[in-house]
Amino acid sequence: MAGERLLGWIDQRFPLTKLWKEQVSEYYAPKNFNFWYYFGSLAMLILVNQLVTGIFLTMNYKPSSAEAFSSVEYIMRDVNWGWLIRYLHSTGASAFFIVVYLHMFRALLYGSHRKPRELLWIFGCLIFLLLMAEGFMGYVLPWGNMSYWGAQVIVSLFGSLPVVGSSLVEWIRGDYYIADATLNRFFALHVAALPLALVFLVIAHLMALHEVGSNNPDGIDIKKHKDAQGHPLDGIPFHPYYTVKDLVGVAGFLLVFCAVIFFAPTFGGLFLESPNFEPANALQTPPHIAPVWYFTPFYAMLRAVPSFAGTQVWGVLVMGASIVVLFFLPWLDRSPVKSIRYRGPIYKIMLAIFVLSFLALGVCGLKPPSGIYPTLAKVCTVLYFAFFLLMPWYTKFDSVKQVPERVTGHV
Amino acid sequence: MYKSWLLITVALFSAGSVTAEEEGGIGLQHAGTDIANSESLQRGARNFMNYCSGCHSLKYLRYNRMAEDLKIPESELPGNLMFTTDKAFETINSAMPADSESWFGKQPPDLSLMARARGTDYLFSYLKGFYVDKTRPWGVNNLYLPSTAMPHVLQYLQGLQKPVYKNEPDAQGNARMVLTSLDIMTPGVMKPEEYDQFVRDIVNFLDYAGEPVKEKRQSMGVFVTLFLLVFLVFAYLLKKEYWKDVH
Repeated sequence: MAGERLLGWIDQRFPLTKLWKEQVSEYYAPKNFNFWYYFGSLAMLILVNQLVTGIFLTMNYKPSSAEAFSSVEYIMRDVNWGWLIRYLHSTGASAFFIVVYLHMFRALLYGSHRKPRELLWIFGCLIFLLLMAEGFMGYVLPWGNMSYWGAQVIVSLFGSLPVVGSSLVEWIRGDYYIADATLNRFFALHVAALPLALVFLVIAHLMALHEVGSNNPDGIDIKKHKDAQGHPLDGIPFHPYYTVKDLVGVAGFLLVFCAVIFFAPTFGGLFLESPNFEPANALQTPPHIAPVWYFTPFYAMLRAVPSFAGTQVWGVLVMGASIVVLFFLPWLDRSPVKSIRYRGPIYKIMLAIFVLSFLALGVCGLKPPSGIYPTLAKVCTVLYFAFFLLMPWYTKFDSVKQVPERVTGHV
Repeated sequence: MYKSWLLITVALFSAGSVTAEEEGGIGLQHAGTDIANSESLQRGARNFMNYCSGCHSLKYLRYNRMAEDLKIPESELPGNLMFTTDKAFETINSAMPADSESWFGKQPPDLSLMARARGTDYLFSYLKGFYVDKTRPWGVNNLYLPSTAMPHVLQYLQGLQKPVYKNEPDAQGNARMVLTSLDIMTPGVMKPEEYDQFVRDIVNFLDYAGEPVKEKRQSMGVFVTLFLLVFLVFAYLLKKEYWKDVH
């Protein structure tokens, strides 16, 4: 067979078959993955979508303050299928965050961040951090009025840092205000630097995963029980079992994703905000400046902290800390079990409160700071941090159930 | 346990979605436009070209694209819809010179994306919201855009409205005048229903101009969704077949 001869020729020079076996066809994953295990492969799908549609957008987009807005409309109207490429990219950005938030929530459910997966979790946190930078800079590129004022607000946050603040802001903007120079450098970071770093981190994330093996909804180690060939008894090869299962996830995801693209691409002003259909105007602020929905929980925390000793820097520090604290999660959790299935009521209640306050913060960040929202944001900020900072104590004292030796069933 | 998590998530997201919040005494009026109604779009294009395009451009829309989408023969464009150029591939520019800023205090904005930026209900309400106000340079103000720089271009059609106030004391019992409605003071050549339809057609046309592909996008979406449903079924059956031997 010519095909086998070609493969043999390659294998003598490059470990193609070896890589395929190690990473895919002989990577044994627990057989009891449930709904929450779809989001890793979906995040990968969206990453590819963003890279491919991004390349085609770059072919027609012009990163200059004079032409950016018009070039996006050119893509929407005059480029063949440009509207579809643009909506795939803009909806993909929001979908990326939805999927990544659910993927991270899965870790909280089943203790996927716990030993020996601490580095896997840290790579994931770095991916999340880069994704936020990528999303923010991408949002500036269409050069709509919300792009402009959103950038103005977020970049000026760095100005509240003592001593270096104002020169740091000037350095980031490359000008005395958000201007052509800012747009140019954000474009460079958005299309080259950050995607490159993201792809490298995703590879590291997968290498770490395949080194230690996947966690599962029971949070137990499947490598403890192996058959005569040395394969885990509760494990099945990733290919074909999880490739075909993830295909079902992909189909379900695409159904929702395409429904948004074709029927509600602005998603009621959440995915594409109305003021961004007006070009950037340095003399006119939008009636209410709010970041895109996926940043609003963090934006709400920023606004919830009052200024103290004549500076606003505390809010910025709290917002930064809300991300930094994620990195320490593997060491904050002191429970003897990983999965929520065998944890006691305290963790379940704390996790429920955490999820509710995160969602409530998201709503607070979207709304103008009036009425009930400022108080709600303050309370939820405290609850957000309480989940992490009290974790060493409540996970230690919480009751636990007997963990089974083998995984319990599969869907 | 997990099902309830999902429910909570869904409930919170739907509660958190943004809705346009009403401002002032009278809320926005429902435009009731339909981009699938090509007759309305054709009338809207006619109305726009005759009453709006003198001052407002649609600089991202081309005449020939409009003709194709609205099913207007391109030969009909010159003299009927195309006044500033004789080349159908050009974009719809206004006849305003660059120094027109001094005429109104601001350059009349391009309307290509106004329907996407402000919404069709706003545009519909705005075009119906002019009322007499002697303190303004053009003698009119607008309920939905106070101190608007735009004169009431359609006054000949709609007539002139006057504001009707009602005394509604505030919480402390102080007298407070609240605007409750706009009443026709001097009638125009159109009946109110005729004017509503006239304005609705313009707004419908502007909705089309904001995203010319919108109708095609939605009709394509039906087929995409149907295909993905079938794909989902086959993907699920494939998974079931492969997983038969997993116990």
